[in-house]
Amino acid sequence: MMIADGIEDEEKWLAEGIAGIQHNAFYLHRAVESNNLREALKYSAQLLSELRTSRLSPHKYYELYMRAFDELRRLEMFFKDEDRHGCSVVDLYELVQHAGNVLPRLYLLCTVGSVYIKSKEAPAKDVLKDLVEMCRSVQHPIRGLFLRSYLAQISRDKLPDIGSEYEGDGDTVMDAVDFVLQNFTEMNKLWVRMQHQGPIRVKEKLDKERSKLRDLVGKNLHVLSQVEGVDLEIYKDTVLPRVLEQVVNCKDELAQYYLMDCIIQVFPDEYHLQTLETLLGAFPQLQPAVDIKTVLSQLMDRLSNYAASSAEVLPEFLQVEAFAKLSNAIGKVIEAQVEMPVVGAISLYVSLLTFALRVHSDRLDYVDQVLGACVKKLSGSPKLEDNKATKQVVALLTAPLEKYNDIDTALTLSNYPRVMDHLDAGTNKIMAMVLIQSIMKYNTCVSTAEKVDVLFELIKGLIKDIDGTLADELDEEDFKEEQNSVARLVHMLYNDDPEEMLQIICTVRKHIMAGGPKRLPFTVPPLVFSALKLVRRLQGLDGEVAGEEVPATPRKIFQLLNQIIEALSNVPSPELALRLYLQCAEAANDCDLEPVAYEFFTQAFVLYEEEVADSKAQVTSIHLIIGTLQRMNAFGVENRDTLTHKATGYSAKLLKKPDQCRAVYACSHLFWVDDQDGIKDGERVLLCLKRSLRIANAAQQMANVTRGTGGPVTLFVEILNKYLYFFEKGNPQITSAAIQGLIELIKTEMQSDTATPDPASDAFFACTLRYIEFQKQKGGAMGEKYDSIRI
Amino acid sequence: MVLVLALGDLHIPHRAPDLPTKFKSMLVPGKIQHIICTGNLCIKEVHDYLKTICPDLHITRGEYDEETRYPETKTLTIGQFKLGICHGHQVIPWGDLDSLAMLQRQLDVDILVTGHTHQFTAYKHEAGVVINPGSATGAYSSITYDVNPSFVLMDIDGLRVVVYVYELIDGEVKVDKIDFKKTTASANSAH
Repeated sequence: MMIADGIEDEEKWLAEGIAGIQHNAFYLHRAVESNNLREALKYSAQLLSELRTSRLSPHKYYELYMRAFDELRRLEMFFKDEDRHGCSVVDLYELVQHAGNVLPRLYLLCTVGSVYIKSKEAPAKDVLKDLVEMCRSVQHPIRGLFLRSYLAQISRDKLPDIGSEYEGDGDTVMDAVDFVLQNFTEMNKLWVRMQHQGPIRVKEKLDKERSKLRDLVGKNLHVLSQVEGVDLEIYKDTVLPRVLEQVVNCKDELAQYYLMDCIIQVFPDEYHLQTLETLLGAFPQLQPAVDIKTVLSQLMDRLSNYAASSAEVLPEFLQVEAFAKLSNAIGKVIEAQVEMPVVGAISLYVSLLTFALRVHSDRLDYVDQVLGACVKKLSGSPKLEDNKATKQVVALLTAPLEKYNDIDTALTLSNYPRVMDHLDAGTNKIMAMVLIQSIMKYNTCVSTAEKVDVLFELIKGLIKDIDGTLADELDEEDFKEEQNSVARLVHMLYNDDPEEMLQIICTVRKHIMAGGPKRLPFTVPPLVFSALKLVRRLQGLDGEVAGEEVPATPRKIFQLLNQIIEALSNVPSPELALRLYLQCAEAANDCDLEPVAYEFFTQAFVLYEEEVADSKAQVTSIHLIIGTLQRMNAFGVENRDTLTHKATGYSAKLLKKPDQCRAVYACSHLFWVDDQDGIKDGERVLLCLKRSLRIANAAQQMANVTRGTGGPVTLFVEILNKYLYFFEKGNPQITSAAIQGLIELIKTEMQSDTATPDPASDAFFACTLRYIEFQKQKGGAMGEKYDSIRI
Repeated sequence: MVLVLALGDLHIPHRAPDLPTKFKSMLVPGKIQHIICTGNLCIKEVHDYLKTICPDLHITRGEYDEETRYPETKTLTIGQFKLGICHGHQVIPWGDLDSLAMLQRQLDVDILVTGHTHQFTAYKHEAGVVINPGSATGAYSSITYDVNPSFVLMDIDGLRVVVYVYELIDGEVKVDKIDFKKTTASANSAH
C-alpha cells in the first residue's frame, strides 16, 4: 500500500517542517525583540530552510509556506524599523545576500526589497527587476513557484503604476507590466514543469494537485487587469500578445485551458471585443486535448451578456465584425483539431448560434450561416449515431424556435431542413414533434401554402415512412401520439383569404396522401373539417361570376373532399368515411347543391351496404344517416323518396329486433319536419310507427317463446311517446283512440303472468303518464287534445 | 355545495387542436367533484386530461370517440338530483327538445345532459331540465353555425341547482347563470 504509506510519511514530514519553523520562530522573535539583527537573520534563514524540502506534495508545501509567510511578515516590520536595528535598507539589501542557501536568501531579499521600495531610496522598477531576475536561481518547480508567488504578493501594492506613489519616470507603466509579465511567465513555466517532478507520479492525482495551485499563476493576470495604466493600447500591444505567447508555448493542457479562461474572465469584455482576432488566433494553436469549446462558449456567453447590457455597445460588435471572427475561429479550430469528435464541433456551433441569436437576432442570415456550417460538417461525417451529438443538433435546431416564437422565421432558414436531414429517423421525428409543439405552444398560425409546404417537408418523418423505417417498428402509443400531433397541427394552418386557404388545403392533401393506410385515419378528418369550414365561409358566394375564374368555390371543394375521403377506402375505414360523407352531405345541402348532397349520400349508403358489417356499428351508422337525412331540405321529392326508402329498408333489416324497432320509429321523423316548408306526411309517419309497433310485438312474442317470459315493455312505452309527439304536432292520423289503445296494451303487458318486472320501464311508463296528466292540466288547446285520454 | 362540470364535443384532434387557453387555466384540479362528459373527446389524451381535473369522470359515447366502450347512456345521483347523460346523436331529430324530453322520461332523471349540436341550451320542462353544454372547443358543427366554445358548471345544493354557463366570445369569457329548483326530494329509488 505504497500510497497510504506515502500519505502517512507526508504528514510526518509536514509536521517536522512545521516544528522546525516554530522552533526557529521562537528564537527569531527573541532576536527581534532584542533588536538583534544578526540573530534575526540567522534564525530567519534557518526557518526558511524548511522550505527547501522536496518531499512534500504541492498541497502540503502550501501549508508549510503559509507558516513561513506569517513569520516573514513580522520580520518585514522589523526590517522597516531602521532605528531598531541600525542598518540602512541599502545595506540590509546587501547583507541578506550572504545567507548560505539560495532559497532562504531570496525570500529574505524579497522581504527587504519590499522595505526598500517603500523607502523610495531606489526606483521601484529597479528593485523589482532585480528581484524577478534573481528568483531565476530557484528552478525547482514547487519551491520556485511559491517563491515567486511570495514576490508577487509583496509587490502587488508597490508597482510603479500611474497615479501610485511609486510611479517612476519614463515608461513607468511598461516597467510595471514587464515585471508582472516576467514573473507570470516564469511561474507558468515552473507550474507546467511540476508534472515531471515531485513525489506524485499518478497523472490524475498530479493534475488535481497542480490544479489547486493554478490561482497562484492566474493571480498575476488579475494584477495586470488592476493596473490603472494598462489601457486598451497596452493590453492589445503588449499584455495580450505576451500572455498568449506563453500560453501557446507552454504546450500544457491544464495550463492552457485555465489561462485562456482566466484571460477571458479577468479582462473587460470591451477589450476582448477589440482584440478578438488576436485572442481567437490562439485557439487553433492550443493542444488538441484542451476543451476549447467550453472556453469559446464562455467567451461567447460573456460577449452576449455584454451586448445585452446596453444597446450602445451593439455597434461595436458590428464594427469589429465579431460574428465573422468567431465564425472563422470556430471553423479553424474544427479544421485544426482533426480528432475532435462530431459532438464537439456541433456544440461549438450551438454556442455560436446562441451568440448570434442574442447579439444579432435580426440577422437571420447569420443564423442560417451557422446552420450551413453545421451542415457542411455533418456532410463530411458518417451518419450521426452518437447520442450526445444528436442532442446537440436538436439543441441547435431548437434554439431559433425558442428565440423567435414564430415558426415562420425558422421556415425561412434555408439550411434548417438540411440540418434535419442529417438526423437519424428517430431523432428527426423527435425534432418534428418539437416543431409542432412550438407552433402549438405559441399559438402561431402558418398562413401560406408555401410555408405549409416547407413545414410539411421538415416534418416529413412523421408524415410518411422515410426509406428504411417501417411504421410497424414503432410503439403503437407513440405512433398515435405523433399522428394526433400532426392532426392538431392541421388546425393551425389558416388564411383569411379563401384562395390561399384552398391552396393550403391542397398542399396538406398532397403531403398526407403519401402517409399510407396507417396514417390516413388520423390525418384525413382534420383536413376534411378544415375544408368544410372553408365551404361555410364561402357559402352564398358560389358565384359563377360572369367572366371571373374563381378557383375557390364550394363545388370545387366538395370535389376535393370526395377524393380525400375516398382515400380512406385504402385503409379501410368505412365507418369514419361514412361519417365524413354525411358531414359533407349536410354542408352541400346548406349550399343548396342537391346533386352533390345526393352523391355524398350515395357514397354513405354504399359504404353501409358493403362495408359496415358489425351490428353495433350498423345501428349507430343508420341513426346517423337518418338524423342527417331528416335535416335535408335541398332534395326534390324523387331524390328524397329514394333515400328515405333506403333508410327505412335498412332500419327494418337490422339484426336485433329492438334495434329495428327503434330505427324504424326514428324514420318516422323523415316524414315530418317542423319547418314551415317542411314535409308533413302524416300517413307515412303513422305507417312507420305502426311498423315499429309490429316489430315490438314480434319481439315480445319471440321473448315469450324463447325465454318463457315476456320481454320488457320499454319499446312499447317508447313508441307511445312517439305517438304523443306527433299527436301534439297535430298529425291528424294520430288519434287519441290509438294512444288510448297503446296505453291499455302496455298496462296489459305489464300485468300479464309472463311479464318480467322491470323497474326501468315501470318508471318510464310512470313518467309518461305523469306527462300526459301534466298536459291535460295545461288547459287550452293542449288540454283539449288530451281530454279524451284516460290514464 | 357540489360542483359538477359538464362539457363535451371537444372533437380533439379532428376539429380542434386543444381547449381554449382561457378555459384550461380555469379548470384547475381539485375544485370540481364530478365531471359529466357528453362524448366526442375524441382521443385518450383528452380522457386522461379530464381525469386530472377530477377523477370522478362520467362519459358517454359520441360517434367519433376513439374509445368504443363508453356507454350509450349513463345515469347517476348527486345529492338530491338524478342526472342522465347521453351524447345525443341517437335522439332524432337532433336537438329536438320534445324528443330529448322523451329520453329524459325514459332515463327517469331530473337533469339530462346531452350534446351533439354544439349549441348551449338549458331547457326546463315539467319533468326537469335538459342541458346542452355546447362544444368546449367551439368545434365545427353541421348543425350549428358560429359555435363559441362553452362549458357548464352546475352547483348542486339541496333541492336547488345553479347552472353556470361559460362561453368564450371574442376572446373573453362570459358567464351566465340559471336557477332550477326541484319541488320534491327524490324518493329512495328502487334502481
